[in-house]
Amino acid sequence: MNFYGIAAIYKFEMARTGRTLMQSIASPVLSTSLYFIVFGTAIGARMGDIDGISYGAFIIPGLLMLSLLSESISNASFGIFFPKFSGTIYEVLSAPVSPFEIVAGYVGAAASKSIILGLLILATSRLFVDYSIEHPVWMLAFLVLTAITFSLFGFAIGIWADDFQKLQIIPLMVITPLTFLGGAFYSINMLPEPWQSLTLFNPVVYLISGFRWSFYGVSDVNIILSLSMTLIFMALCLAVIGWIFRTGYRIKP
Amino acid sequence: MQQVISVKNINKTYASGFTALHDVSLDIRRGEIFALLGPNGAGKTTLISIICGIVNATRGTVSADGHDIKTDYRAARSKIGLVPQELATDAFESVLATVKFSRGLFGKAPNPAYIEQLLRQLSLWEKRDSRIMALSGGMKRRVMIAKALSHEPAILFLDEPTAGVDVELRRDMWNMVRGLQERGVTIILTTHYIEEAEEMADRIGVINKGRLVLVDDKTALMEKLGTKQLSLHLQTPLDVLPASLASFQLELSADGQHLTYSFDAQHENTGITELMRALSAQGLDFKDLHSKQSSLEEIFVNLVREQA
Repeated sequence: MNFYGIAAIYKFEMARTGRTLMQSIASPVLSTSLYFIVFGTAIGARMGDIDGISYGAFIIPGLLMLSLLSESISNASFGIFFPKFSGTIYEVLSAPVSPFEIVAGYVGAAASKSIILGLLILATSRLFVDYSIEHPVWMLAFLVLTAITFSLFGFAIGIWADDFQKLQIIPLMVITPLTFLGGAFYSINMLPEPWQSLTLFNPVVYLISGFRWSFYGVSDVNIILSLSMTLIFMALCLAVIGWIFRTGYRIKP
Repeated sequence: MQQVISVKNINKTYASGFTALHDVSLDIRRGEIFALLGPNGAGKTTLISIICGIVNATRGTVSADGHDIKTDYRAARSKIGLVPQELATDAFESVLATVKFSRGLFGKAPNPAYIEQLLRQLSLWEKRDSRIMALSGGMKRRVMIAKALSHEPAILFLDEPTAGVDVELRRDMWNMVRGLQERGVTIILTTHYIEEAEEMADRIGVINKGRLVLVDDKTALMEKLGTKQLSLHLQTPLDVLPASLASFQLELSADGQHLTYSFDAQHENTGITELMRALSAQGLDFKDLHSKQSSLEEIFVNLVREQA
C-alpha cells in the first residue's frame, strides 16, 4: 500500500480547501444559515409542528443533507476533473498508486471537507434554532456514510465530465431538485397519493429520513431501509468507479 | 550493456481507429542517453505514455528495470520519472509544495535535504514559495523537471524538454542531463532539436508513422548513413564545368568559385585521388579545401522522406 501516495493526494486536496476557505466553507455555511433564518426563525415561527417537532428543528437534517450532498459531489468532482482539465493527471496516472489509493486520496479529502462543513453548519444552526440529537452516533454514521457515498458519486461525475457545464449538471439539475422533493422541508406523509408513493422512488428520501431519525427518533421510512439504500448506492458508485479504472474510461486512452 | 527498458511488439490503436504505433520493439540500455526522433505525430509521445502508464497499449509488453508495467506496475513506475511535453502544472500551488507532492505520490518518505538540493540545482530554491502561475515558461519547465526527479528515479523520460526555452536554459538542461547520466540515470529524450540529439545522445531511434525506422549508435549511424562532401575553393572561377570532370559528382557554385564533391566515406574507393589527378590535369588550382560530414538532421530528413 502506497500510504505516502494517499497522503500526498489527500493533503493536496485539503490544501486547496485551505486556499479557498470563503468558497469552500464560508459560502455554504452562510447560505444554509439563511435557510435557517428564513424558514426556521422567520416563517417557521408561524408554522405548526411536524411529528411533534418544531418546523425550524424539523428542517435541520434536510438542509444539512442538502449541503452535504452538493458539497460532497462538487468537492470530489472538481478534485479529479481539474487535473484532467489542466493535464496534471499524467502524474497521478504514471505514479505507483493503485486505483484504490487514488480514490482513497481524492474521495477521502472530499468527504473530510463535507463532514467538517456539515459539523460547522450543525453548530451554526444552533444560533438560530433549538434542536436535539437523539442518536448522536447514528447521526455521525449517516453523516460520514453519506459524505463518502456522494464523494464517490462526485468522483465518477468528475471523470465523466469533459467540460465545466457537465460538472454542474448533476448537482444542480438532479441532486438539488431531488433533495427539495425528498422531504427536506416536509414529511412525505403530508403528501397526497400518488405523490407519496412516487416519492419513494427518490433515493434522497431515504437519506433525509434516516438522518432525521438520528436527530429526533422519527422517520418517514424504516431506518434499516434508509441505511440499506445508502449502502446500496455506495456499492453502485464503487462498481462504476471500478469499471472506470478497469476500462480507463475518460482517463486513460 | 544491460537493458533497463524492454518494449516488445507494442501496438496502439486509439478508439477513433487511428493506429499510432505498429509493432514497436525497442531496448534501452542502462545508463545511456537515448534520443527518440520523429516528425510530429510519429508516435513518440504515445510510446513514452505507454511506458509510463498514461496510455494503455492495444498489444505488446513493456518492462522497466525488469518489472512488467502491467503486472508489476508499482515497482516499474517507481523507477521512472517523466517530464511531459506540455507545461501541465498546478498553477495555484507553490514550487516547494508541488515538488513535495510528487515525491509523496511516488511513495517516497519526505526528504527535505534532497528536495532543497534538487531545487538549488535547478535554480528554483529562491522561488520555492512562489506560486507556479507566477513563474516564467522556463522556470515552469524547471519545476516539471524537479517534480520528475523528486523521487530519485533510475529512468528519466524527457519529452521535448527544451521546446520553447532560451539558449541558456537549454545549455543548463544539457549539463543537468549529463550530470544525471554520470550518476547512473538512464535518459530517454524526444526532441525537435536534432542538434540536441547530436550533442547529447549515445544512441538514436527514429520513429515515423508509428514505426520504428531504425535504432543505432549515434556515431555509427552518422558514419553509415551520412555522406561526406569535399569543397574546393578555386583559384580562378569557372564559367562551366570542364567535360573531363563530368564523370565526377561535382557541383559548381553560381559564382564559379566553389566545387563540391559528394562521396561515400564508407566506400573503399572514395574517388578523391582520381578527382585530384583530373583537376591537376585540367590545370585547375585551388586556394582552400575542406570536407564535412552530413549532419544528423540531414540523415533524419532523408530517412523520414524515404518513408513518406
